[in-house]
Amino acid sequence: MPLERVLHELEVNGERQAVAFAPHKTLLEVLREDMQLTGTKHGCELGECGTCTVLVDGKPVLSCLVLGLEAVGKDIQTVEGMASGPELHPLQVAFAELGAAQCGYCTPGFLLAAQALLVKNARPDRRLITQELAGNLCRCTGYVKIFEAVELAAARMRGEDAQPGREVLYGR
Amino acid sequence: MSAAQRPAAAATPSAPTKPSPPAEPPRDTKFEARKEDLRVIGHPFRKVDAFNKVAGLTKFADDLVLPRMLFMKLLRSTKAHARIVRIDVSRAKALPGVHAVITGECMPNTFGILPVSQDEHALALGKVRMIGDPVAAVAAVDEDTAWEACRLIEVQYEDLDNITDIFKAAETIEPRVHDYGNYGNVHKLVNLEFGDLQSGFAEAEHVREDMFFFQGNTHLPMEQHATLAHYDHDGKLTVWSSTQTPHYLHRALTKVLAPLPAHHIRVIACTNGGGFGGKSDPFNHEIACARLAMDTGRPVKICLTREEVFYCHRGRHPVLMRSKIGVKKTGEIVALDFESYLDGGAFGSYGVASTFYTGALQTVTYKVKNYHFRGARFFTNKPPCGPKRGHGTPQPRFALEVQLDKIACDLGLDPAEIRKQHLVPAHSHTANWMRVSSMGLGACIDKVVAGSGWQQRRGKLGAGRGLGLACSSYLSGAGLPIYWNGMPHSGVQLKVDRSGLITVFCGSTEIGQGSDSVLAYIVAEVLGIDPLGIRVVTADTDLTPVDLGSYSSRVTVMTGNAAMQAADAARAIIARGAAEKLGVPAGRLVFADARVFDAEDPDQGMTFAEAIVEAESRYGTIGTVGSYKPPKSAAKFKGGGVGPSPSYSYSAAVVEVEVELDTGIYKVLKVWVAHDIGRAINPALAMGQIEGSVYMGLGEATMEEMVYRADRFGVHKIPSMLEYKSPSTMETPEIITYIVEDPDPNGPYGAKEVGQGPLLPMMPAVANAVFDAVGVRVDEVPVTPEKIFAAMQAKAKGKDARTGPKDTPLVTWPEAMKVLTPWQGGDGREMGAGKK
Repeated sequence: MPLERVLHELEVNGERQAVAFAPHKTLLEVLREDMQLTGTKHGCELGECGTCTVLVDGKPVLSCLVLGLEAVGKDIQTVEGMASGPELHPLQVAFAELGAAQCGYCTPGFLLAAQALLVKNARPDRRLITQELAGNLCRCTGYVKIFEAVELAAARMRGEDAQPGREVLYGR
Repeated sequence: MSAAQRPAAAATPSAPTKPSPPAEPPRDTKFEARKEDLRVIGHPFRKVDAFNKVAGLTKFADDLVLPRMLFMKLLRSTKAHARIVRIDVSRAKALPGVHAVITGECMPNTFGILPVSQDEHALALGKVRMIGDPVAAVAAVDEDTAWEACRLIEVQYEDLDNITDIFKAAETIEPRVHDYGNYGNVHKLVNLEFGDLQSGFAEAEHVREDMFFFQGNTHLPMEQHATLAHYDHDGKLTVWSSTQTPHYLHRALTKVLAPLPAHHIRVIACTNGGGFGGKSDPFNHEIACARLAMDTGRPVKICLTREEVFYCHRGRHPVLMRSKIGVKKTGEIVALDFESYLDGGAFGSYGVASTFYTGALQTVTYKVKNYHFRGARFFTNKPPCGPKRGHGTPQPRFALEVQLDKIACDLGLDPAEIRKQHLVPAHSHTANWMRVSSMGLGACIDKVVAGSGWQQRRGKLGAGRGLGLACSSYLSGAGLPIYWNGMPHSGVQLKVDRSGLITVFCGSTEIGQGSDSVLAYIVAEVLGIDPLGIRVVTADTDLTPVDLGSYSSRVTVMTGNAAMQAADAARAIIARGAAEKLGVPAGRLVFADARVFDAEDPDQGMTFAEAIVEAESRYGTIGTVGSYKPPKSAAKFKGGGVGPSPSYSYSAAVVEVEVELDTGIYKVLKVWVAHDIGRAINPALAMGQIEGSVYMGLGEATMEEMVYRADRFGVHKIPSMLEYKSPSTMETPEIITYIVEDPDPNGPYGAKEVGQGPLLPMMPAVANAVFDAVGVRVDEVPVTPEKIFAAMQAKAKGKDARTGPKDTPLVTWPEAMKVLTPWQGGDGREMGAGKK
C-alpha cells in the first residue's frame, strides 16, 4: 500500500527544511529518498558497515539505525555539508590527493567519522585513528591511504604546511 | 575537403573496410620512455573523479531517480533444489500499488557469461537450484508494497535431493542440478599433460604429495548491486547498473529480451562502489528489471539487500587440491602433478574458465619441467561461484607456495632462495606455452627479503613468532575474449575540440581502480596537456566503443594501448596543422605544458588549442580512434585459451605473525610486499591497489568464508556484514609497499597489471609464517586459530602436526590431452592435432 507521509522540519547541513516522510523511515532513507541527499550511502542497512555514517549534533551516528523522527530538532550533517561553498574540507582534499577514496562508496562515512575525531582531537596518533575508524569498513584501500589522509588533513587543519611524504606517494 | 586531403592518421569509424585487414604493424607502446622525460606517467596526480567522490557527488546506481519510478523486489526460492509445481501471483497482482508481477515464463531464453554455460534464467523456470534463486519479480510504487506483494505470491515446490557438496555431487548421478556437463553433477573436467610426467618423477631426487583446501569467500563490495531501467516510447531501453561488464550485460539483455534489437538497448555502467569480480556476470535482477520497465512503461529500480548480495555471490570457488611434486636437491621442479576439485555452486558463471585457471599459472613463476593438470568442477545447490580478484589462481597458488615451503624445509634450503634460483626467465615460454615477457620476481623477492630482515630474523623470533614468504603472478588481461570473435578487446575514440578540450570515449568501467584516470593520464602524456582537464566518457554502450569490461586486470594494458594509439593519431593531425603554420617539420614539434612548439626554438610555437584550430581549419573536424587486441597466443591446444596474457605481473611478500601458544589465536603484525608492475602509470594509485590487495588477501587468509548449513537445506550461515567477518582497521597490519618497475614491451609506457597479483601471496605467506612461529602446518584457507590449535594438539601427541584435507572425490577422468613442451620441440598444439 502506498505510504502516508507526514510533514516534519529537519535541520540538515545548517538549513531548516520541511520534509514529508513516512514515520517508520530511517534517517538514511529520509536523507536519500525524501531529501535527495544521496551522498550518504548504505552498505548493509543493519548497522554493520559504517557506510551510512552522518553526524547528529556533531557525533557520528549510523543513519540506518536512527528513525528520521528521532532526528527532528537535531543538527544533522552529511557529506554534502562538509565543503564551505566551493572549498572542500581539508579531509576531502587529503582523501582525493592520496587516493584514499578508491571506489568512493565508503568515503562519505569515513570522512564524517574522521571529522568528528579531529574536532575532539586535533593531533590524533595512528593508534587513535585506527580505533576511531574501526566502525567503518572499506574493501578497496586496506585503510593505509585513509590513515595517511587523516594525518595529512589534521596537520593542515593545525595550520601546518604539510605535504605527503615521498613514500606515501611513490612507495619504497 | 576531399578524402584525399585527409591525413592518413585520421582514422574514422566510417572508413571503407577491406575484405581482409592487413597484418597489424608492431605497436608503439613507448615502454622505453625515460622516467625523467615523462610529465604525467609516473607522477601521483589525483584521480580525474576524486573531488566529486569525496564531495559525495558521484552517482552510483542506487542514487539515480527518475520521475514515476517504480521499485522492484524479487521473490526468492526457499528451497535449495526443487521443481516448481505451481506459482499463484493473483493476490500479489491485486494489491493496491502493484503494477506488475512476472514469472519465468515471460523470459524463457537462457543467458550466462560464457557461451558454453548459458544456464541461467532471469526468473526460475521449471525448477530452482539454490536458496535465493528468484522465482517472481514485482514492480510497485514503493519498496514496502513490493515486499508485501512478494509475500502474497504462493509457490508450490516438489523437493529434489539437495546436492550439498562436491563429494555428494561426485556420487549423485540423478538428480542433476543441470542437464549438461561431463556427467551427473560433474560440470567440467580438464586433463592436460605438458611434457612427460613419468620421466619427470624418475628424474626427481625428492618427491612429496600434499593436499590442500581453499574455502570459498566473497567479494563483499561496499555497494550492493543496483539497477535502474527505462523503456521509452521510441522503443529504446536504457539500463543503468552497477556492473563491471556493460558490454556482456548488453549481450545478455539482447538475448533474453529478444526480439528487442541490440541497437535499441543502451547499457550504462554507473561508477561501481567496488566490484572485485562480483559485478562481472550479467545478473537475473538486471534483466528482470528491464523486463518490468518494458511491461509497465515506467522506470523501474532495484537495489539488492546485503543478504541478497551474498546469494548473488560469484565469488571464490572452494577448491580441494592434491599436489604431487618432484624436485632436484636444488629445489628445481622437474615434475608437478596437480589436481583441483571446484565446488561451483548452482550455475556455470565463469566456472569453466575458473577450472582452467586453477591449472594455468603455476608455471609462470618458477620453472616447471613436466606438468600434469587435472581439474573438475561440480554443480551443487549453493550460490554460484565465479571470478574474485585473482580468479581461480589464488587457490593453486596457495598450494604451490606452501608446498615449496615444505620442500625447502625438507631439503634444508632457504624458502626465498629456492624460489629465486629457479625463476622462469624473461621472454620465454613455459611448459604449458604461456609466454612470459618481462619478469621482475627476483627483484620483488630481494626487496621483501631485505625489508623484513628475512635472513637474520627467520626462525629466530622465538616460540610463537614467525615469518613466512610467498610469491605470485597474475595476468595483465585475458588473452582471449569471453565469446569468440576477431574484434578488438578495447576501443577508444578521441574527440578533439577547438577549445582545447579532449574528450576520451571508452567502454571501460570505473570500479574504483582508476580506469577513467588511466585513460586521461595516457592521453595527456602523449598530447602534453593537463590530465585533469580531459573529459572522460566511459561505459555507455550507446556512446562509447566496446571495451570488454573491468575484469582480469585487463584495463590498464588494453584500454591504455588503445588510448595511446588514438592519442598518437590525434597528435599527428594536430602536429601537421601546427607545422604548416610554423613552417617547421612536424617531427620537430614538441607537445608539452599545453603548448606545441619547435624543439630547436621553443619560443616558436602556439598553445595546444591554437594548434587544434590550425589543424581543424585545414583538415576538418578532428576525431581519432585506437583499438587493442592482445598478441596471438602460443598456447594453441584446446583449453589453451585460458592463461595467456600480454604480460604477467609478479609479487612477493613476507608476513610476520604472532601466535598464542595456548590458544592458536594469532595476529598478523606486519607485511612487506613488492609488486612488479612494469611501470607505475600513477605510483600513488598503484600503491593503493597493492595495499588493497594485501588487505583483501589477509581477509581471505585469516577469517573470510562462505559457509552453508547442509542440515538446513543449504541456507547461508552468515549472510551479513557483521557475521561474515572481514578485516576492519583494527585487524589490518602495517603494510610496507615496494613498487618494482621493469617496463614491459607490451604495456602502455611499459605498464603491467596492478592490484590482483599481490592478493595471492597473502594466504600462503600467512600459513608459512604460522609454521615458522609454531611448527605446525595449516593446509587450509582460512588459517583460523581453531585449525592452528588442532594441529598444535596433534603435534603435542606426536601425531602429524597438520590441519588439512585427507581425501578427494572420485572422478572418472577423460584421457589426458598431451602437449609437448617448448624444450621437447613442441609447437603449442596437442599431440596428434591436425591428423584427424
